[in-house]
Amino acid sequence: MAYKCIVLIKQVPDTSRITGEAMNEDGTVNRGALPAIFNPEDLNALELALQIKEKYGGSVTAVTMGLPSASEVLREAMFMGADDAVLVTDRRCAASDTLATSYILTRAAEKIGYDLVLCGRQAIDGDTAQVGPQMAEKLDIPQITYVEQVHELSPEKIVCRRNMGNGWQKTACKLPVLLTVTDQANEPRIGAARRIMKFKNAKTPAEITKEGGSEEDISLMRDKGLLIGQLNLDDVQADLQWCGRDGSPTKVHRIMSVVLTAKESKEVEPSAQGINDMVHELIEDHTIG
Amino acid sequence: MIEVNRQGEVWVFAEQHLGKVEDIAFELLGRARELADKLGVKVGAVIAGDSIKSVCEELIQYGADKVYAVENNLLEHYQTNSYTKVLCTLIEKHKPQIVLYGASPVGRDLAPRVASKMKAGLTADCTDLQIGNHEIKKTGEKHENLLLQIRPAFGGNIIATIINYDRWPQMATVREGVMPMPEPDAKRKGEVIDESVSLSAQDLPIEIIEQVRREKSVNLKASRIIVAGGAGVGSKENFRMIWDLANALGGVPAATRAAADLGYIGKDYQVGQTGTTVRPSLYIAIGLSGAIQHQAGMSESKKIIAVNNDPDAAIFDVAHYKVCGDLNEVVPQMIKAVKEKV
Ligand SMILES: Cc1cc2nc3c(=O)[nH]c(=O)nc-3n(C[C@H](O)[C@H](O)[C@H](O)COP(=O)(O)OP(=O)(O)OC[C@H]3O[C@@H](n4cnc5c(N)ncnc54)[C@H](O)[C@@H]3O)c2cc1C
Ligand SMILES: Cc1cc2nc3c(=O)[nH]c(=O)nc-3n(C[C@H](O)[C@H](O)[C@H](O)COP(=O)(O)OP(=O)(O)OC[C@H]3O[C@@H](n4cnc5c(N)ncnc54)[C@H](O)[C@@H]3O)c2cc1C
Repeated sequence: MAYKCIVLIKQVPDTSRITGEAMNEDGTVNRGALPAIFNPEDLNALELALQIKEKYGGSVTAVTMGLPSASEVLREAMFMGADDAVLVTDRRCAASDTLATSYILTRAAEKIGYDLVLCGRQAIDGDTAQVGPQMAEKLDIPQITYVEQVHELSPEKIVCRRNMGNGWQKTACKLPVLLTVTDQANEPRIGAARRIMKFKNAKTPAEITKEGGSEEDISLMRDKGLLIGQLNLDDVQADLQWCGRDGSPTKVHRIMSVVLTAKESKEVEPSAQGINDMVHELIEDHTIG
Repeated sequence: MIEVNRQGEVWVFAEQHLGKVEDIAFELLGRARELADKLGVKVGAVIAGDSIKSVCEELIQYGADKVYAVENNLLEHYQTNSYTKVLCTLIEKHKPQIVLYGASPVGRDLAPRVASKMKAGLTADCTDLQIGNHEIKKTGEKHENLLLQIRPAFGGNIIATIINYDRWPQMATVREGVMPMPEPDAKRKGEVIDESVSLSAQDLPIEIIEQVRREKSVNLKASRIIVAGGAGVGSKENFRMIWDLANALGGVPAATRAAADLGYIGKDYQVGQTGTTVRPSLYIAIGLSGAIQHQAGMSESKKIIAVNNDPDAAIFDVAHYKVCGDLNEVVPQMIKAVKEKV
């Protein structure tokens, strides 16, 4: 039995590298100042899908919703082993919260078709871990969150081990299913040199056109397996009232950067005297003792 | 989605496991009480499970005016779909204006599913909740008495305040340990309302084959004094010093993720964004740099002592006492001073 897997990938700013320069005056993040990377736990989701394909057969399709430049993470997914890739891009997606994002990605997944949908547990910029469960609800399929291992897979059922933080759970359900995958699941592979040589030339129709390519060039690329699919909201038949700003119930009221305020503080000499005085003070004010 | 409903109650999803209510539910009730008093409405707690009658009173003692109890043996174990159906059915029936969930493994599995079905907003992982107003600059449109949902994002580098003024209920998950636990009041009165939700096999698509739940070996949240060591401590043997200082002070040891990953101490002792959030009277940070993800779990401590040999370490930005020196000299000295005086 072969399985059709969709892996959802988000391109994110590398938030582990935020410095003062990456913050705007108004407290928002200047995304341009940060490198855009493959969301780390989406690498684990992709690795899991590739392992499923290697063991049972089938295909792996990487899907992202984002700016045209998000095609970069799709090429990376192809380097690792994804069979094909689809970019969902449309100006009308802008300002989508998780509810609208999950709606749009659901429309795309329904168009592509799947037995399994795999997401990362959480994205490192929005940090919500909501898109996966919200998609599962809209697809009307069960979800298994925090997956760290797939024990068994058959057309009838999938058995997974979930990491619950304070323990674990072994659960099973019928396909189709949506999984959210944690960084404990595996060690994502690095793209093979041969695949990198081939797929570094993979492009979306928009990228081909931008470089002066014609319809013919696009179909040539398709024949070579180098065309990255591209869908807009009309292609996925999305109802615009559930997309973008209009489709998003949550709104940002205010954003502040975390300025670590220096508190009223004392320098303590690292000597016996300095430390004795400090301990004495803490006893005096009843913090200790 | 429900309409904006100013008379709606403030609800808490009361997570329970084998008939024992989780701490996060009490923490949420404490804040729900404050929010509801500001809005002049009642606090409701929703609890679902197999035998839950005995704990309904407890929810009232912690601040609930009404407890919506859904007892059904099919609800013995938490499952996404069955619990989603319970929440959605009750929300549609009673139209609360606010619904709060713990940002626990269960809450983060359940709340987005409910939000998706209700087509309502959901703010993730809040660290604070307030009531406030919002004005849309462009149109001058004003919305009063909204739930201000305050949360860190971008790996803790920004704090966003999120609101939801049109498609209600206003829903949020709240990080465990960030809201103080209220004192229970045995004299508080409230009402327990039996609710039933019909469930079929379709609502239970998951088979739970095996589960292991591990109680944490340490209760960091309950400790008044915490002595945390970081990667700078250097080895598991050297980490003994951290235990010794903690013991001398009657506190507990803790660690950064780096120190826990290096095996200096168990994972249960990790403080921070992906560990436990603590707010003790005294937090002693030793040989740790003060990464934003660590600070997320300890910056609310009343007094902070930092010991580090790097004068530029970020932990000094939040410390009340800055000891710039080698921990191998400073910590034994501290143990000695404490033993002599306390
Ligand atoms: C400061 C800030 C705070 C925010 N807070 C909230 C909030 O509390 N509630 C809310 O509803 N929205 C919020 N948003 C909006 C939210 O970040 C976006 O909707 C975001 O695109 C999706 O959410 P996430 O990044 O949290 O993804 P998560 O839900 O954490 O992502 C989980 C997984 O879903 C998949 N996925 C997510 N997005 C995509 C994508 N674009 N393409 C392909 N796969 C994807 C990936 O597999 C990913 O690993 C916030 C945005 C900002 C800037
Ligand atoms: C998504 C995410 C979640 C995370 N969650 C957490 C979390 O929950 N908790 C957490 O702690 N971290 C978390 N981290 C990791 C965090 O970013 C840091 O890597 C970690 O906190 C660093 O640990 P540390 O301070 O012990 O180590 P380091 O950063 O290596 O600091 C060691 C410190 O010891 C000092 N030192 C060394 N030798 C001596 C000496 N002899 N005397 C005095 N001082 C000395 C050094 O000057 C240095 O400041 C997370 C990271 C990510 C990306």
